[in-house]
Amino acid sequence: MSAARPPSTLSAARAVLYKELTLERRAPQTLTAMALFCASAFVIFHFALGRDAIEGALASGVLWVTLTLAALLGIGRSFVADREEGGLDGFLLAPAPRSALLIAKATTLFIFLLIVGLLAALLFSVLLLGPTPSASQWASIALLIVLADLGIALVGTLIAGIAIQTRARDLITSILALPLLIPLLIAVTKASEPLLSVGAGTLTGRWLALLGLYDLIFGLLAYALFDYLVED
Amino acid sequence: MANTEPAVVCSGLVRRYGERRALDGIDLTLGEGQTLVVFGPNGAGKTTLLRVLATLLRPSDGSASLLGSDLRKEGWKVRSKIGFLGHQSLCYGDLTARENLSYHAKLHGVEAPAARIEALLDQTKLSDRGDERVFGYSRGMLQRLAICRAVLHEPEVLLLDEPRSNLDPAAIEQVEPLIGAAAGRTRVIASHDPAGGLAEADLVLGLRSGAAILLEQAAEVTTDQIGELYR
Amino acid sequence: MPTTKNLYGRRLTGYAIATAIVLTASIALAFFYAPIEVDQGFSQKIFYIHVPLAIVTLGGFIFGGIFGIQYLRSGDTRHDLRSYTAIHQGLIFCIGALITGSIWAKAAWGQWWVWDEPTLVSFLIVFLLYCTYQPLRFSIEDPERQARYAAVFAVVAGVFVPVNFIAVRLASPLIHPRVLGSSGGSLPNDMRIAFYSALLGITLLFITICKYEMASKHSRAQMAALRRSLSEESDEPAAIRTAAPRIAIK
Repeated sequence: MSAARPPSTLSAARAVLYKELTLERRAPQTLTAMALFCASAFVIFHFALGRDAIEGALASGVLWVTLTLAALLGIGRSFVADREEGGLDGFLLAPAPRSALLIAKATTLFIFLLIVGLLAALLFSVLLLGPTPSASQWASIALLIVLADLGIALVGTLIAGIAIQTRARDLITSILALPLLIPLLIAVTKASEPLLSVGAGTLTGRWLALLGLYDLIFGLLAYALFDYLVED
Repeated sequence: MANTEPAVVCSGLVRRYGERRALDGIDLTLGEGQTLVVFGPNGAGKTTLLRVLATLLRPSDGSASLLGSDLRKEGWKVRSKIGFLGHQSLCYGDLTARENLSYHAKLHGVEAPAARIEALLDQTKLSDRGDERVFGYSRGMLQRLAICRAVLHEPEVLLLDEPRSNLDPAAIEQVEPLIGAAAGRTRVIASHDPAGGLAEADLVLGLRSGAAILLEQAAEVTTDQIGELYR
Repeated sequence: MPTTKNLYGRRLTGYAIATAIVLTASIALAFFYAPIEVDQGFSQKIFYIHVPLAIVTLGGFIFGGIFGIQYLRSGDTRHDLRSYTAIHQGLIFCIGALITGSIWAKAAWGQWWVWDEPTLVSFLIVFLLYCTYQPLRFSIEDPERQARYAAVFAVVAGVFVPVNFIAVRLASPLIHPRVLGSSGGSLPNDMRIAFYSALLGITLLFITICKYEMASKHSRAQMAALRRSLSEESDEPAAIRTAAPRIAIK
C-alpha cells in the first residue's frame, strides 16, 4: 500500500541539510548577523584596547572570543525555524533515524561557523593583527578553525536542542555554551598564540590533541544523548 | 465492512502533563478501514490523543498500539504508515510548496516523489502556485498543502485534527479523495462538527477533561448527545 | 491511596549522629594532632577542609551524572530526585571549596585569587557550569521534559568535569608546590590521619544533607498527593513553575 521505504541515516541527514542550507540561502539572516558581529567586535576591540595592532596571546584571545560569541548567535538560531510551523514534528513523524537530525544540524552549524571563521580571520588580519602570518601559519590557523568549529558545532547543536524547548532560549544558550566551551577555547587560543606572533611559531601537538579529544568526547556524547532531547 | 484485525487499540491510555492528566484512561478498539471521530470541547484531549497515536508523544501509562505495534516500544515501526494532520502545517515558510513536499518525501523515503507531488498539487489546485514561498499562502491554501504532506507517503492510517478547518466547500471537495473514507484506510478524526462528523464516523468518542464520556458505534449516537459534551 | 512509606527518612538520625562525631573528631585531629606545616604555618590547616570539600563536590557532580543516566534509561523519577539533590548540594559544597580555596590563597600568597592554581581555576569553571542547572530546570515547564533535559545536562556536565580539569592543567604555566593537589599522596602519617578523617566527615555531611533534602521533598510530595486524594474537587492544581523535581506518587 505505501510506496515508501524508511530512509537511511545518511539520506535523511542529507535531506535535512539541504533544507537547512536552502532556508539560509533564501533568508540569509544567521550568516550575515554572525559576520557583522565579528566586524563590529573588532572595531570595538580597537577602541577598547586602544591599540592599532595586537599580536601573540592578546591577538589569539581577541580573535577567539569574537568567534565564540558570534557562534552563540548561530547556536541560538539553530532550531528556531523548526519551532515556527512545527517543522520538528514533521521530522519526528517520519521514519527517519533521529541521529540524522543531529548530523544535519551540526553540519549546518559547522558550515556557518567555518565560513564566518575564515572571513573573520581574514578581516582580523587586516584590521587588528600586527604580524603577517606565513602561508604555513595560515594553513595551521585554518586547521585550528576547522577543529574548533567542529567542537563548537557539536556542543552547540546539543545546547540548541536543549534551549529550544525552554522559555528563555537565548539566555539558556549563552549560560550553557560558554562554560562548556572553555576547554576548547583554552586549547585553541594556546595553539593560535605562536601563529599570531612575530617569528615562525608553529602548532604544538598537545593543543591539537586536546582539541581532538574534546571534539571526540562531545561528539559521542551528543550522539548518545540527542535522542532523549527530541523524543517526547 | 469491519475487518477482524484492529487497527488502533488503546487500553487504559494515560498521558500526563505534570499532575494533570491530559488523557485519563482511554480504552478503545478501532477496526481496520473504520473511522473514529473524536468530539469534545477545547482542552478535552483530542489533540493529545492524536499526537500519542502519531508517536509524537509517548503514553505515560497504559498502552496504545497501532497496526499491531505497541507505540511505547515500537513506535518507529509504524511511522511510515501514519499520516498526521495537526493544527500546524509542518511546512517551512521560506520554502516553496514543491520544496516542502519534496523534503517530506525524502524523509519518508517515497519512491518516484516528483510524480506523486505533482499529482497531489494538481488535485488540490496548488500547482500554479507551487513555486511560491509558502509564507505567502492563505490559510486555506496552507491547509490544503498540509493535507498533501500528510498523505504524501500513502499512509494506511490517517490521524486528522479538524481537517476541514479553513477550507471552503470547493476545497473540501478537492481533498475528499485524499482524506475521505477509502477502502483499507483507517481514520481517526478530531472534529467540532457534530452533524458532519457523525455522518462519516463508524465509531464515536466523546472526551471531556481527558476522560472518555462517550464511546459508541456511530449508529447509536445522536447529535444531541454530542452537543451535551460541550455544556 | 498513596503510600506513606518514607523512602529517604530511614536512618537519617543515625547518619546525622555519625556525621557529628566524625566531624568533631576531624576538627580535633586537624587542630591538635596534625603538626603545623613548616612552610605555610597554621594557615595550612585550611587544607583539611578545602580538599575534602573539593573531593566531595566532584563526587556529588559525578553522582549527579550517574543518576541522570539512570533516569534517562528508566524514567523513574526517584533517580531524577537523586540527581537533582546531588547536584544541588554539590553546588553548595563547591561554593565552600571556592571560598576556602580563596582563603588559602590569601593566606599563602596574599591574594584572594590566583590563576595559576589549576584546581582552583577548574572549580571556578565547573561552578559556572553547574550554576546553570537550576535556571535550566526552571525554564522548562513540563515536568517530564524538565527531568529529562536536566538529566541530559547532568550527564554532559559530569563528562565535562574531567575534560575541563585536563585542559586547565595543561594551560597552567608553573606547577606550584601542590599541597592542594596531592591530597594524601605525599603526606606524613599524622597529617594523613587528620586528612582522611576530615574527608570521611565531609562525605558523611554531604550524604546526610542529601538524605535530608530528599526526605523533605518526598514528604512534601506525599502530603500534596494525600491532600489531592482527600479533597473532593477534581480541579487541576494550578500550574506552578518550579525547578524542583516532581516525584510521582502512585
